[in-house]
Amino acid sequence: MSNNISIKHAVKAYGSNAPVIPDLSVEINGGEFFTLLGPSGCGKTTLLRMIAGFNSIEGGDFYFNETRINDLDPAKRNIGMVFQNYAIFPHLTVRKNVEFGLKYKKFPKEQIKDIADKFMKLMQIDQYADRLPENLSGGQQQRVALARALCIEPDVLLMDEPLSNLDAKLRVEMRSVIKDIQKEIGITTVYVTHDQEEAMAVSDRIAVMNAGVIQHIGTPKNIYQRPSNLFVSTFIGRSNVIEGKLIAEGGKTYIETKCGYRAEMTNVLDEQKVSQDIILSIRPEEFILDRNASEGIAATVNSCVFLGLNTHYFVTLSSGEDVVIIQESSIDSTIEPGTQIKLTLNTDKLNIFSKETERNLLKGVQNDCIL
Amino acid sequence: MAKKRFDGWFILSIVMFVAFMFILVYPMFGLLKQSVIMPDGSFSLEEFQKFFSHSYYTQTILNSFKITITTTFLSLLLGVPFAYFYSFYKIKGSKLLFVVSILCCMSAPFLGAYSWIMLLGRSGVITKFLKATFGIVLPSIYGFRGVVLSQVLNYFPLVFIYMNGAFRNTDSTLMEAAENMGCTGIKRLFKIVLNLSMPTLLASTLMVFMQSFSDFGTPSTLGEDYKTFLVLLYNEYLGETGQDYNYAAALAIIAVVLAGIVFFLQKWATSKYKFSINALHPVQKKDPKGILAVIIYVYCYLLCAIAILPQAYVVFLSFRNCKGSVWGKGLSFNNYANAMKKKLVLASRNSILMGVFALVIIIVIAVLIAYLVVRRSNALNHLIDSCSMLPYIMPGAVIGIALIIAFGKKPFALTGTMIIMILSFVIRRMPYTIRSATATLMHIPESIEEAAISLGASKLATFVKVTVPMMSSGILSGAILSWVAIVTELSSSVILYSNRTTTLTMQAYVYIGRGEYGTAAAFAAILNVITTISLLIYMRISKSEDNVKL
Repeated sequence: MSNNISIKHAVKAYGSNAPVIPDLSVEINGGEFFTLLGPSGCGKTTLLRMIAGFNSIEGGDFYFNETRINDLDPAKRNIGMVFQNYAIFPHLTVRKNVEFGLKYKKFPKEQIKDIADKFMKLMQIDQYADRLPENLSGGQQQRVALARALCIEPDVLLMDEPLSNLDAKLRVEMRSVIKDIQKEIGITTVYVTHDQEEAMAVSDRIAVMNAGVIQHIGTPKNIYQRPSNLFVSTFIGRSNVIEGKLIAEGGKTYIETKCGYRAEMTNVLDEQKVSQDIILSIRPEEFILDRNASEGIAATVNSCVFLGLNTHYFVTLSSGEDVVIIQESSIDSTIEPGTQIKLTLNTDKLNIFSKETERNLLKGVQNDCIL
Repeated sequence: MAKKRFDGWFILSIVMFVAFMFILVYPMFGLLKQSVIMPDGSFSLEEFQKFFSHSYYTQTILNSFKITITTTFLSLLLGVPFAYFYSFYKIKGSKLLFVVSILCCMSAPFLGAYSWIMLLGRSGVITKFLKATFGIVLPSIYGFRGVVLSQVLNYFPLVFIYMNGAFRNTDSTLMEAAENMGCTGIKRLFKIVLNLSMPTLLASTLMVFMQSFSDFGTPSTLGEDYKTFLVLLYNEYLGETGQDYNYAAALAIIAVVLAGIVFFLQKWATSKYKFSINALHPVQKKDPKGILAVIIYVYCYLLCAIAILPQAYVVFLSFRNCKGSVWGKGLSFNNYANAMKKKLVLASRNSILMGVFALVIIIVIAVLIAYLVVRRSNALNHLIDSCSMLPYIMPGAVIGIALIIAFGKKPFALTGTMIIMILSFVIRRMPYTIRSATATLMHIPESIEEAAISLGASKLATFVKVTVPMMSSGILSGAILSWVAIVTELSSSVILYSNRTTTLTMQAYVYIGRGEYGTAAAFAAILNVITTISLLIYMRISKSEDNVKL
């Protein structure tokens, strides 16, 4: 049941317009939970629907294991698909919905009921078996959709923003349901979402897409900590972007911000150890705020927001750049707006990008993207 | 997947297109040809000249427009308040009001006209009663007044049904927002509620206008000397004083052009009101209080009582003894016995058999066209869709004449057959079902069909097991309208029917014309029973009291 999917030089174009997906290749391992993540319009759903067979393929090859599926009828690809709007058949009961695929996939008649029962139980919807979908909540409908997609023992499970119609609390609950069931069955899963937190929570690996091109494929941790380029670093999580310089001096490399703050960097790629213009991407927690320090970037606090665990400070640097800083809340005091402070940087964590190519200049980027 | 364009659906598009060319465009072309090509084969516009150079002829257009505009205006005037009360207030017995008003607009218009003659005509019951008891002489019902009276009471429920749908879609938060800004009561009704329902109001206006314009039964029964355009058209085609087919064809062309102009005017007006509302918070019906309650109850119940009166009276008359056109004393089944001798069984069988046949064809066409237009949108399919709407601007008489011209001679000698009758039913009544099937399919997300396909169902199985069942409610609500309209069809049947293919409606019309009122009443009563039963069955199936959509 754990097929790998390999896509080679896929092209998607509508008419003679510029292609939506110009040239895309990706290898998805058997049994993996793989997420396509990107802003709306980046081509992630288009790619998913090309795998499913609902969108035509203008170029390239799609394989499930060694089988080329480009011209295979969607009904014969043996895919389980979960849609954004659930796509439950409203005129059939929950049981009939789940049994639908079993009938058309020619499962032996005497097994159909047992299989349906098993999956309804697994998804905890067995008590609604004889109800019509209109009487179910969104979360329950999504469980029906999942049971229906999984019970036909598909080679691949495809999910198109399955949680976006649910409310926040249910979304968090359902994403662990999805992740657990995927691990239990061990099915290769391709998941589409625009919600980066959701992607991090469920995925083994994430492919970040923009404008039809995969920017970075990696584990959630690697994508967050060492994004391959500036787009990924700003799309995943929150990043403060400020300009600066990389300076190679006496065998060492330093970063220097516009306001003149300088710090040594020890993890710059060897071939990039030359003086050049860079963009620093600093996550809000990568600023070190010390009221008593004499060294560092001079800054003024504009406002602060207390959010319980953390406190967010909105700060203007002496260069005029605005940044956000997140600090763990402390008992005694928050910093009053108008206060002058000094900031230093956590150089182990922050990322720097070439201003010219916007690529990461540090060691440790793991990008499985096939270039 | 590149082969997708040339699958079965593509072949179906071609078949549909050819079929529509054959049953719609080809007959219209024949009609056009007959209007300008004289019997000796020469081209001439003299038939059109003839029409426009005699005030006797042109007057009929003026008459038609006077009746049509007055009827439309009064129908709106009666129907809109009725719909407003019905949708915004709790009225006891609202279900009854709904059923009654639907029955009114579903009966054949000429039956109402005939019944009004029995009630208010020269020797009508009410006329005689008022004269004998109070010495009051009622103004004559024949001519303009009678036609308008009969039509308005027939068509105001159309406005009601349309507007009820629109009012129910008004979001209550919009009403509250208006109130919050100081816009209340009557002002709010005109500024907000009516403006929001303007597209529907215009749609109902068009519907009433077209029905009134192409109605032949009412003016021919009640109009007497007040001749409308459609009556002229029939007289020229079927007249006892010599028929002129070329002239009739020219008149038919004029009728289509006039209806077409009105149709496009309405489309133009509707395009000014393009917005969509999503009623997330439907309006809660209020309990009317005080004087308002009295007004609402009196208005709604009185209106419905007057509107249903002619139909109820016809049923009563069907049991009353009658000799020729003279009503006698006492009740009996004599009229039904007479009707039995006059093809009651044949006519009932024909009505139901041809109706069912036509309806099945209509449903199949509607489902397929809806699918082609919504799911396989392309230029050819939109052309097919536009073609299928042509009958909207073709009065029944025009379709009847066009079919005779196209299929009256070899190689398709279909005159007098059931096929030509069924063909006219299908052409005339398919737009209702197509519209509602298309609208329903547009609201069904395509992903449901994709889900079925990804679960292994073939395209055909998906269509049959998933798409069609999900469309069924929309198909049903369109089909009920098509069905009732088919059963009560007069204006094309009167041209196409024969002794073997006569229907209940035709028999009723013929015997009114022959002055055998009792027999006619029996046919009419049975017709009423059939429409009532159809409606009740529909309401039982659809489970919702006011789910009839137009």
